[in-house]
Amino acid sequence: MTPEETYGVLLFQSVSYAIKAEKILLAAGLPHKLIPVPRHISSDCGVCLRFPSGLEERILRALEGQVEIDAVHPLK
Amino acid sequence: MTPDILYFDNAATSCPKPPETLRAMRRFMEAGGGSPGRSGHRLSIAAARVIFAAREALAGLFGVDDPLRIVLTKNATEALNIAAAGLLPGDHVITSGMEHNSVMRPLRALEAAGVALTVVSCSAAGELDPDDVRAAIRTETKAIFLTHASNVTGTIMPVAEVGRIARDHGILFCVDAAQTAGALPIDVGPMGIDLLAFTGHKSLFGPQGTGGLYIREGLEEGIAPLMRGGTGSRSEFEEQPAFMPDRYESGTPNTVGIAGLAAGAGFVAEKGVDAIRRREEALTEQFLAGLRDLDGVTVYGPKAASRQMPVVSFRIVGLDPAEAALKLDERFGILSRPGLHCAPAAHRTIGTAPTGTLRFSFGYFNTEAEIRTAVEAVGRLRAR
Repeated sequence: MTPEETYGVLLFQSVSYAIKAEKILLAAGLPHKLIPVPRHISSDCGVCLRFPSGLEERILRALEGQVEIDAVHPLK
Repeated sequence: MTPDILYFDNAATSCPKPPETLRAMRRFMEAGGGSPGRSGHRLSIAAARVIFAAREALAGLFGVDDPLRIVLTKNATEALNIAAAGLLPGDHVITSGMEHNSVMRPLRALEAAGVALTVVSCSAAGELDPDDVRAAIRTETKAIFLTHASNVTGTIMPVAEVGRIARDHGILFCVDAAQTAGALPIDVGPMGIDLLAFTGHKSLFGPQGTGGLYIREGLEEGIAPLMRGGTGSRSEFEEQPAFMPDRYESGTPNTVGIAGLAAGAGFVAEKGVDAIRRREEALTEQFLAGLRDLDGVTVYGPKAASRQMPVVSFRIVGLDPAEAALKLDERFGILSRPGLHCAPAAHRTIGTAPTGTLRFSFGYFNTEAEIRTAVEAVGRLRAR
C-alpha cells in the first residue's frame, strides 16, 4: 500500500457474498483484500472487499450479475 | 477403524471416512478454528472460505449454479423440517409410504395443525408408481415430499418422473436425499427438484452434525426459518435477514464439521458419483446373489442391485432380527442394524412391522471379500 494509492470498498449483505466475490476476483486476477468494515462506513460487524480505486470499473464488471453488491464506498 | 470388524451400517453413517475428511478437520482446528462471518480478521475469513468451499462442492455435486442456494444444517432432518415449514394450514401435501420419520413426523405434526396429508401407497418391494402420485393431486396440493431411496429396502424412487408431474402441476417437489447424496447422481434442474435435503455423514463422507438443504431461487420467501439469531450480517437490525443462506443459518455453525464435509464432497467429486455407484451396485449384486442361494433367508425390497441402493433388508427364518444382529456382532464382528430403522411406514409397506428386518448397508470402502464373509456368516446363523 503506497501512501498515494487510494482505495474503495465493496459492501455485501453477508460474508458469503464477500467470499464469492473474492473467488471471482482471484480468478480474474484483480487485486483486492477482505478487511473488516470500517466503522465510519457501516455499523455492521462483517467484512468488506477493499480494492485500488483505479480498478473499480473492472471489478464491478467482473462481479456484475454474479454477486449482489450492497454499496460501493471510497475508503478514506 | 479397527481391522477386526466388518462395517455394514453405512446407511446409518458411513465408516470409515476418507483420510481427506479427517485431515481437513484437523487442519482447520490446528490453524486456529475461527468463527466465520463474525469478524474481519484472518481466522474468521479463513473459516468463511472453508464454508464457502463446502457450499461450492455440494452445489457442484447437485447441479446447483449458485453455491449460496445451499443452506448448511446439522443434518437432513433439520433440512426437511425447514422445507416442511413452507406448508401452511389449508395446504395439501403428498408423500409416500416408504418415508423415514424425518419426513413422516414433521408432516404428521403439520397434519395435526391443519395441513391435509396423503400418503401414497407403495408396492411390497417399496416401489412407487408415479401415476398414483398424479392421482393424489388436488387443487390445493402445495408440495410433494419424497425420499430418493428408502433407508429400509434401498428402493430407488422415480424422482425424475415425480419431478415432472410436480412441475406440470406447479407443485413444489422436496426430495430427501439422505441415502443418495454422493452415491447416486442428482441434478436438481432436470429432476425437477425444488428442495433437496441431504446429510453430510453418509455418502458425502463428512462427519456427523453436517447436512444441508438446497432451496430453489425465490422459494425462501414462503419458507420461514426454524431458528432466528445472529448471522454476522445486518447486525444493526433486530429482524432476521431475508436473504440466502443467512435466513436459515443462525448462530455459529459447525465449521470444523463443514470443513470435513467439504473434503468429503471433494472426495466424492474426485472419484465420481457414477464410479461410486457402479462399485456399490456390484457389491450389492454380489450380496443379493449370495443370499439367493441360501434357504431360510427372506429378502425384502427390489432384490435387484440396479433398482436399489447398497441397502439390503432381510430376515433369517426363525431368528429375531435383533438377536441375529447381536450374534453377527459377537461371533463375526459384523456390524448391522436390526429393527424398524426409524421408518415404521416403510416396514408396514413391505409387511415387516412391528418386528422389522435385519439391514446390511454397504459403502464405497467395502470389499468383495467382506461381502463373501457376510454371506457365509448369514448362512451359518440359519437354524440348524
